Amino acid sequence: MILLVLITIPLAVAVLSSFSRQGRFGGTITFTGAVVVLGLTARTTLEIVFSRQHLLVAIPHWITLDALGAVILLLVAVVNLTAALFSLGYMDFKKTGGVRRYYVNFNLFVFSMLIVPLIQEPSLVWVAVELTTLFSVLLVGFENTHEALEAAWKYVVLTIMGAAIALLGFLVLYWAAKQVAAPYHTWQGLLAVAPKMSPVLLKASFVLILVGLGAKIGLVPLHTWLPDAHSQAPTPVCALLSGVETTAVLYVILRLLPIVSAATAIHAKTWILIFGLVSVGTAAFLLLGVRDYKRLFAFSTVEHMGIILVAVGLGGAAAHAAAMLQIVGHAVTKSFCFYAAGGVLLGMKTRDIASVRGLIRRAPLTGAALLLGGLAIAGAPPFALFLSEFSILKAGLNQGEYLATWLLVFFIAIAFFAIINHVSRMVFGPDENSNPMRPGSLPVSCRITLIIAAIPVIVLGLFIPGTLQKLIELAAAAMGG
Amino acid sequence: MQGFQDMATIMGNLNALAGGLFIIAAVGIVATRQVGACLKFFIFQSIFLAASAFLLGARPFSTHLMAVGVINLVTKVMFLPWLLRHLLKEEVYARREITQVVSIPTSLIIALGLTIGAYFFSLPWLKAAAVTGAPRINVPVGLAGLLLGAYTLTNRREAVPQLLGLLAMENGAFFAGVAIAPDLPLIAELALAFDLLILIFVVGVLTRAVHERVGTTAVGALAKLREEGHK
Repeated sequence: MILLVLITIPLAVAVLSSFSRQGRFGGTITFTGAVVVLGLTARTTLEIVFSRQHLLVAIPHWITLDALGAVILLLVAVVNLTAALFSLGYMDFKKTGGVRRYYVNFNLFVFSMLIVPLIQEPSLVWVAVELTTLFSVLLVGFENTHEALEAAWKYVVLTIMGAAIALLGFLVLYWAAKQVAAPYHTWQGLLAVAPKMSPVLLKASFVLILVGLGAKIGLVPLHTWLPDAHSQAPTPVCALLSGVETTAVLYVILRLLPIVSAATAIHAKTWILIFGLVSVGTAAFLLLGVRDYKRLFAFSTVEHMGIILVAVGLGGAAAHAAAMLQIVGHAVTKSFCFYAAGGVLLGMKTRDIASVRGLIRRAPLTGAALLLGGLAIAGAPPFALFLSEFSILKAGLNQGEYLATWLLVFFIAIAFFAIINHVSRMVFGPDENSNPMRPGSLPVSCRITLIIAAIPVIVLGLFIPGTLQKLIELAAAAMGG
Repeated sequence: MQGFQDMATIMGNLNALAGGLFIIAAVGIVATRQVGACLKFFIFQSIFLAASAFLLGARPFSTHLMAVGVINLVTKVMFLPWLLRHLLKEEVYARREITQVVSIPTSLIIALGLTIGAYFFSLPWLKAAAVTGAPRINVPVGLAGLLLGAYTLTNRREAVPQLLGLLAMENGAFFAGVAIAPDLPLIAELALAFDLLILIFVVGVLTRAVHERVGTTAVGALAKLREEGHK
């Protein structure tokens, strides 16, 4: 029941904000809705961790939530809250038209991400994934500039193309399940009959879904839309896109993995490992030459998605737990990075890395936030991503996957150098030949967002609460061996 | 009994005919210059998809496949053209695309190659599933439809043909779907149709915004955002 209430809230808020005359009202109820959603999500998560079944059922075989889903749900709810808070000041500051349209789309987008982990029927999950694209396209193009519209177009074309490929994959999966008379066409039902399913069909469906949804996760070579869309969208949307949308789609692949792993002939983990390594490598080298700081963080998303896939591809309980921690760390850190970048953009009115220098002297809060975000996302100690990346490397070496692990270390090191190099010049660099304009003061809600969003980034690196640790372990167990 | 088998054979043959015409329509979307004509080919393709659903659902009678056919006709044959006409100005349809990336004769050869490729690619699936009847037609044709749609996307520069390429890809997946997943829950079918409507609406609105803002619907020519990293 609580789950149904949870997903109704963003829908209700979307409807309410479509009636609002003033933009302010839409922002306020969106924020209120986000608080309630986070509260309910926290409650359900606790219930799952402490119940014996580790499962919450709203409609049997249709809408249920387990630990793996709960992690995704929780991340969406957290980033939704900070994004709603940042939106308040951002929309006021921008003074653009269409504020009502923005909040309607924003809530629908959040709704589509919330239902992905809840739905159990795979073909409906496909619909939910497609909805995440459709509801966010107009947000990406919201600024209505040539660049934003171009980014939105690339985004919709590439991801829907991928979705169509994935759709065939889901239909083939259905075909394979029908032949062994699966009693329920749900993730759990499929898992039960997976060993009996035809390996050829299972492989076909897995490859189609991996390639198709890979476009949406930003896996190389279908990543080209990602830096455009994730850098042109309004800042709060960037945080949602980069922080949790990619993760929510990645979740679908994580769900599929134990099903296809049942047939060893498929080498599903090898496929995932190779896709992951190629993505990390490509992103690491692209990070070196990037000139736009929002694109910097967007490429870093491609890198992190790759790292997560490598961890998943390595397999085993340790690597899976590390992958879950990486997912959590990435979502909170990346959204924080985009808030910091958005703060810079509001003040400096340029996306060019070379035009931003000496931030720490001109705008201490934004500068400090950017530095913190840069260090955390690059994987410097003592942040959560350092812990998870270290665990992934350790798991890889323990399993004797030396080549993949050392390649991963090499790519992560390059990405680390690239991110720190760009960020430190923006924060500490000398002021000469830079933009003469003084940064305007940041709206209050944006300042508060920077502070609130920084808390999990700092805390998770120092200590992981017991409940969260338990949740991560349960989620890793749901991913199979 | 004899009559029933004859009927089944006729239905099977008609389904094969629908499959053939489905591919011809997909090739039509690849090879037509005028945007309006592309749209017509897409409508034909959707009609053949619905026809296949009706034929497969006729005997044994399946309410579900009939519903799929009707949903298809309503969304793609009736609603889509209406919505696109509503959102976009007439001049968009009258446009002729002269600068396709690959010339039309070459495109036709590529389309032929993709279709043959789809057939051979899907052979192992059919073998693994050990099926007779409809999937033997629908799976290769559907896969070919998917590939031809993807090729349309890469080759066309106008917004509307690109949208049609996307929808043609989904049509391809559905064409396989009516044979291999005929009993997908109706809620999923409805959700898919709903999804399609939003897709058409969103891309339509986006196309209009591009047209107003950039002054062209040749989206293939949009190239302000470049990969700085390569420099």
